[in-house]
Amino acid sequence: MKSALSQLSFARPRTLEEALTLLRDEPLVPIAGATDLYVGLNFGTLKAQRFLDITRLEELRGISVTGDRLVIGAGTTYTTIMHSASVRAHWPILADAASQVGGVQIQNRGTLGGNVANASPAGDTLPVLAVADAILQLRSAQSQRAVPFNSFYTGYRQTVLRPDELIVSIELPMVEGKQWFRKVGTRAAQAISKLVMAAVRTEAPRIALGSVAPTPLRLRRTEAALAGGSSIEDAIGVLQTEITPIDDLRSSEAYRRAVAGNLLRRFWAS
Amino acid sequence: MHDPDAPDSDESPHRLTRRGFLTQAGMAGVASVAAAMPLVGAAEAAPVPEAPDIPGTVPVALRINGTTHRIRIDPRATLLDTLRETVHLTGTKKGCDHGQCGACTVHVNGQRVNSCLRLALMHEGDDITTIEGIGVPEALHPMQAAFVAHDGYQCGYCTSGQIMSAVALLKEPCGPSDADVKELMSGNICRCGAYPNIVAAIQQVRGNTRVSEG
Ligand SMILES: Cc1cc2nc3c(=O)[nH]c(=O)nc-3n(C[C@H](O)[C@H](O)[C@H](O)COP(=O)(O)OP(=O)(O)OC[C@H]3O[C@@H](n4cnc5c(N)ncnc54)[C@H](O)[C@@H]3O)c2cc1C
Ligand code: FES
Ligand code: FES
Repeated sequence: MKSALSQLSFARPRTLEEALTLLRDEPLVPIAGATDLYVGLNFGTLKAQRFLDITRLEELRGISVTGDRLVIGAGTTYTTIMHSASVRAHWPILADAASQVGGVQIQNRGTLGGNVANASPAGDTLPVLAVADAILQLRSAQSQRAVPFNSFYTGYRQTVLRPDELIVSIELPMVEGKQWFRKVGTRAAQAISKLVMAAVRTEAPRIALGSVAPTPLRLRRTEAALAGGSSIEDAIGVLQTEITPIDDLRSSEAYRRAVAGNLLRRFWAS
Repeated sequence: MHDPDAPDSDESPHRLTRRGFLTQAGMAGVASVAAAMPLVGAAEAAPVPEAPDIPGTVPVALRINGTTHRIRIDPRATLLDTLRETVHLTGTKKGCDHGQCGACTVHVNGQRVNSCLRLALMHEGDDITTIEGIGVPEALHPMQAAFVAHDGYQCGYCTSGQIMSAVALLKEPCGPSDADVKELMSGNICRCGAYPNIVAAIQQVRGNTRVSEG
């Protein structure tokens, strides 16, 4: 493999096994859909020189239902996810989120694993994975571990993923109750979101928001307030203490706070 | 200077166009930057039969519009730059170069993608189709003819991307209304605002005349 790598600045393994061995032996940046990565590469903000093309790994693709879980290969594209009958049956809000990422050209290439690993707090699928209590299967040449999605991020664009690991699959345990998803952005399918909320209406409601904190955020105290019978206005008050939105070029803190409250009200009235 | 390995392409190897000259000058620039960085592979040159290739470039065979082009490229080159600057298929346009405008849309194995977000090297073995492979002036694709009939452009810069997206859309699940078409065409921006005519052209080819706004 060494010789192939020294000729190219990236490797194109055919099997997961081979990919993990390459990752163990030297630092390589995985490339999936390249929709996040290539923007950095093209702008010269990405300094990495050595890449690992993971698009040919069959082990990273596909959607299945195993026991009480919907299992999605990390390399599965948004186009596949949004048209999957299994996804529509069990986690319809994941299909909704996928159908609102970028335009069709992005959906044909962008992957769920890329959205997770890219670790932007604005990633559209991330609030869905947060309310699903999703489990990430990570593998290296030596080990396999299951990491709860809700403890994957440790800070702004920081994760527990080690450089020798790949995300192999994302598992969403099934859930009872009505699912709800809203993306608030500038244009229907092209905008990076200003705010995304995913929620499940069960006895213990589950609520998560994107773009209001350094990481995707599960609103545990707001959930507890609603489960305990608080009024929606009180719950919105709690929500405001949980989120820490910032001013940036897409939106302002005040706007995000107002919209977050409105989304919670809409979800609860739905 | 022209790659002797590239006889499959239609390009005459002796025609030194302004574009060809600029490309070669540009490639030389890239190569010297790459050598200084240092780019992997610059030290151990690939075993290529004829030697005068620019250091740091790698051989690749790309199947474009049914023809295999054997070329050498910077390993970091995008599919868009490779199409335009190396293969000289300039119908595909560069608008934003980061996935936002759709001007660079091509088909890879029948699916539309932004060629500015693709590494050319990752597409060895794939079937790439550009606007040049869709139709020619003497035999327009029905979508090209509909864009002409409906004035689906003003300056025309976004048009090849719009048409590549529109042709792909014909095979995608898409509802009947204009709003459905607009949603699926939202990855293609038109600075001239020819949108109503673009939607009309697409709806004509789909056999849907004006379904109410959704
Ligand atoms: C025009 C445009 C519009 C966009 N719109 C949206 C939007 O509306 N919503 C949204 O959320 N995002 C959007 N994005 C961002 C992007 O498309 C998504 O984040 C996408 O999911 C990234 O996936 P990818 O496969 O392209 O990742 P890549 O770009 O290939 O990789 C992204 C990062 O993840 C790492 N990685 C990828 N797969 C794995 C894996 N299996 N294991 C470990 N690491 C991995 C890579 O090393 C890299 O660091 C947009 C991007 C563009 C260019
Ligand atoms: S040039 Fe590729 S999307 Fe704009
Ligand atoms: S016709 Fe000018 S940008 Fe679309």
